[in-house]
Amino acid sequence: MTWLETLHTAWTAVHTHTMRSILTALGVLIGIAAVILTVGLGLGTQQNVTAQIDALGSNLLIVSPGSSTSTSGVRGGFGTGSTLTLADAEALQSKVNAPDVKAVAPQKSTELSLTAGQENWTTSVVGVTPSWLAVRGRSLSEGSFITAKQNADQADVVVLGTQTAEELFGTTRVVGQQVTISGQSLEVVGVLASAGSNSSSNLDDMAVVPISTAASQIIGGTNQDSVSSVYVEATSQSTLSAADQETTNLLLNLHGIATSTDADFTVSSQDSLVSTATAVYRTLTVLLTGIAALSLIVGGIGVMNIMLVSVTERTKEIGLRKALGAPPSAIRWQFLVEAAILGLSGGILGAALGIGSALALPGVIGSPIVVSAPAVAGSIAVAVAVGLVFGVYPVARAARLAPIDALRSE
Amino acid sequence: MAEAQTPVAGAATSGDPVIELVDAGKTYRSGSLEFEALRGIDLRIEAGDYVAVVGPSGSGKSTIMNILGCLDVLSRGRYRLGGQDVEDLDEVELARIRNRRIGFVFQQFNLLPSLSALHNVELPMVYAGVARPERVRRAREALERVGLGERLRNRPGELSGGQQQRVAVARAIVTEPTIVLADEPTGNLDSVATRDILTLFDELHDAGRTIVLITHEADVAAHAERTIQVRDGRVLEADAADPMVGRAGAR
Repeated sequence: MTWLETLHTAWTAVHTHTMRSILTALGVLIGIAAVILTVGLGLGTQQNVTAQIDALGSNLLIVSPGSSTSTSGVRGGFGTGSTLTLADAEALQSKVNAPDVKAVAPQKSTELSLTAGQENWTTSVVGVTPSWLAVRGRSLSEGSFITAKQNADQADVVVLGTQTAEELFGTTRVVGQQVTISGQSLEVVGVLASAGSNSSSNLDDMAVVPISTAASQIIGGTNQDSVSSVYVEATSQSTLSAADQETTNLLLNLHGIATSTDADFTVSSQDSLVSTATAVYRTLTVLLTGIAALSLIVGGIGVMNIMLVSVTERTKEIGLRKALGAPPSAIRWQFLVEAAILGLSGGILGAALGIGSALALPGVIGSPIVVSAPAVAGSIAVAVAVGLVFGVYPVARAARLAPIDALRSE
Repeated sequence: MAEAQTPVAGAATSGDPVIELVDAGKTYRSGSLEFEALRGIDLRIEAGDYVAVVGPSGSGKSTIMNILGCLDVLSRGRYRLGGQDVEDLDEVELARIRNRRIGFVFQQFNLLPSLSALHNVELPMVYAGVARPERVRRAREALERVGLGERLRNRPGELSGGQQQRVAVARAIVTEPTIVLADEPTGNLDSVATRDILTLFDELHDAGRTIVLITHEADVAAHAERTIQVRDGRVLEADAADPMVGRAGAR
């Protein structure tokens, strides 16, 4: 018996019970669609998170004042202390002490109200040095960025985010306009190119001023040298952990602290953010895929059930085929291929449903779903395997039937 | 014609029977219960024979049919089919023997309802690995032989009982088997169809086929050259008028 004939016989059997076959395949179909969707959702979210974190600037370390591992009452909470200063940032720029640090961008930020003519807008005002633009991976759509000279001169200049410019002026062509912050009039010299928003902040809604201006005239405070965070860019992705070490050691030294557990600052990397986020989404994906896999097993049991019915129903046919000279292997293949066809059609229809939903759903749920070719091919293969695995028992029963008993059955 | 028949006659006289049962016994076990269906049967059937096995139900004639058809194996004794010992063959080899050497005709016709007459007749050749064009040609010939050349495409449900049984006969002879085994082939047919089928068997016999007919009807058995009476798992008596039996007994 050739393959084509086995296939034809099995197909005829599936085809003669169209409704039953469809219902059987439905179990597998739902399982496969669920697997494709959950894997796609996991992948999509992962890509989304990675893209957002990439947008923050790669190879980046963030030094924040205070300790997140505070054990005594003396130190302030995370981000609240004023232990980080401009001097620290300058020291980090030393190629001798921190050879793997490419650039350093200290910043001082707070929420303040901006005024332009009749318009008011409250946003985050960030005092920075010229290196900020490169370190944060930003660019300008209008005008120019804060220069070293402007920073040294405590110049009254400001660079706006696109949304901030829109809110204040209704346009982004605002170079040369005046903005008032904390009673200080500043000239708009540039507008940042749009960078979208990440999960924690809107990157297009901010006002960037020289850090010297911020310290002396806008934000003020008791310690004008203190900064709210220092962004440290490593020379490359591979030197990120070296840069982390150098930063930590240098700052411990400068602050006269002996052990890193007593540090009055915290160094965190984008990597750690990425891996935390990724780990969370991976756990979620595994969980969802587990549920989807469960539904596949249920679908497989459906296939087994129907195959058992099919074998019982056709006991006489099996007996006749054996009497006419079908060896057990021919019977085995006939039913195995039948089970595989049920699995395969469930798999293909399930993949179609999964891909269709992946295209339609993001508009509804707002999360991207990435359909990966390996996931689709893999799940169709799994569907066929489900058919085969759950077909084995019924098929073995069919092949074992004694021809006389089978022929006598009614 | 005389020349053409010589090989058959020669085979018969050389003492090389197509079917030979020697002290054949079959015991069925069901838990602690034992049932002796065959209690030592000796049987010889020569090439070209037309033999009827008759007996009441429970006499063991169905068991003989199953043994002869290699659907079941003996508990003791010996069964030689066409010079080959059938004992100790595994399932695959038994399947091959059923495929090549035996053509079955059943009381229930046993055609596959989803297949056309032509495909039903093709089925044994599918398992024999005959290529499709050859299969179709031979199946068509066999159906023409039983007078159904016009009904190739019909499914069993579209045929009368007699026509279905003729399809079954076509299927039985299409592989040119050593013997045709018919188990109550007329049990489900009316008298007209019964006569039809029996005439067909007569023709097959005249053409030199070896036929074993299992029946409980005397008038059906009368068509055979020789009758073997079975009762309680034993051969009762042979038809003394039959010259074949005389020869077999003399040996």
